[in-house]
Amino acid sequence: MTNPASQADISAEIAANTREGAPVLAYAPYRSTILRHPANALVRADPEELELHAPVFGDRDVDPLDADLTIQHRGEPIGERIEVTGRVVDGAGRPVAGQLVEVWQANAAGRYIHQRDQHPAPLDPHFTGAGRCLTGSDGSYRFITIKPGPYPWRNHLNAWRPAHVHFSLFGTEFTQRLVTQMYFPGDPLFPLDPIFQSITDPSVRERLIATYDHDVTRPEVSLGYRWDIVLSGSRRTWTEAA
Amino acid sequence: MTTPGQTVGPFFGYSLPYAGGPDLVPRAHPAAVRLHGRVLDGAGAPVPDALLEIWQTAPDGTVVREPGSLLRDGYTFTGWGRCATDNAGAYSFTTLVPGGGFFAMTVFARGLLDRLFTRVYLPGTRSAFLESLPEDRRRTLVASASPGGFAFDVVLQGAGETVFLALT
Repeated sequence: MTNPASQADISAEIAANTREGAPVLAYAPYRSTILRHPANALVRADPEELELHAPVFGDRDVDPLDADLTIQHRGEPIGERIEVTGRVVDGAGRPVAGQLVEVWQANAAGRYIHQRDQHPAPLDPHFTGAGRCLTGSDGSYRFITIKPGPYPWRNHLNAWRPAHVHFSLFGTEFTQRLVTQMYFPGDPLFPLDPIFQSITDPSVRERLIATYDHDVTRPEVSLGYRWDIVLSGSRRTWTEAA
Repeated sequence: MTTPGQTVGPFFGYSLPYAGGPDLVPRAHPAAVRLHGRVLDGAGAPVPDALLEIWQTAPDGTVVREPGSLLRDGYTFTGWGRCATDNAGAYSFTTLVPGGGFFAMTVFARGLLDRLFTRVYLPGTRSAFLESLPEDRRRTLVASASPGGFAFDVVLQGAGETVFLALT
């Protein structure tokens, strides 16, 4: 069911909505938040010992080939081959080493393999769009994939999501758990997208945009993007410094 | 310069859930218990596209430091699991009783701009934090006894809204 609001209606709501004083996670321009955001403020709690640790992942969990989304089938996926790399660090800039990074994305035509995605763009039999890796000792990660396409959704009439890759990250503490989306530079859909604009501070939402990096680009193979991820501060090993 | 979170969206189903994710121990394990319930929205409707993760202590109360959650060997308890809700908004984990008295839980869903943290306390657990909450909010964090384990609903909004935590 498509919401009857127009892009102009949503753009006006985006312009008016600063989220100041709003309940946490309330952002009506993204319609699905309306019944799904808590109305109460978060309750502050001191982390217990358990919450100062994160689950451990290791070589048993992740095959190194899982980081290449272009070799999961018998043929080459259609689209622009890219490499996305960067570092995962904590709030103090220390690398998050040996930790799980998961990604998922649409194919080059903007179609997810998920059953609920019935957008009439082609599926690619050579592309699933899901990958995993463990960060290196310097916190680095690297995925080889296909640049995802933008795709329509039913938040409002003529709603289109900017191209993005979903990222799921763990830190060294439970409280650093992060699920987010990485975008590509210069996307004309940025000002129109209520999910991107739900982060109302421009300098904060720009942290979700990767940079094109010619040093990551491989001759005759793939274009390179760099995107570093900063998890929230880690308390277990540093408590005094703000 | 913290990287902000964004919604998990509707299309994580072919990526984040995995075989064995909800079963921290095999169902035939002699000490297996079930933690199950539903995720509900502000209209009381089930949320069929939510994803829950639990992180817990071992039965002796220690924090587990074992890899292998994504490819379980059937013997090693890793303390971590992941379960997507089904079409009725229901989830079910098979696990061991956490000696620390609670499960730490992370909630993701389409329409949730960022993840939420909560705790699922075992019935009868004494906790200074729980006691600091008003009665009507405290009970949203306590599981009820259920055949073979514990029942706990996550209510995102409205009557009986679960207490969500800022762990700082």
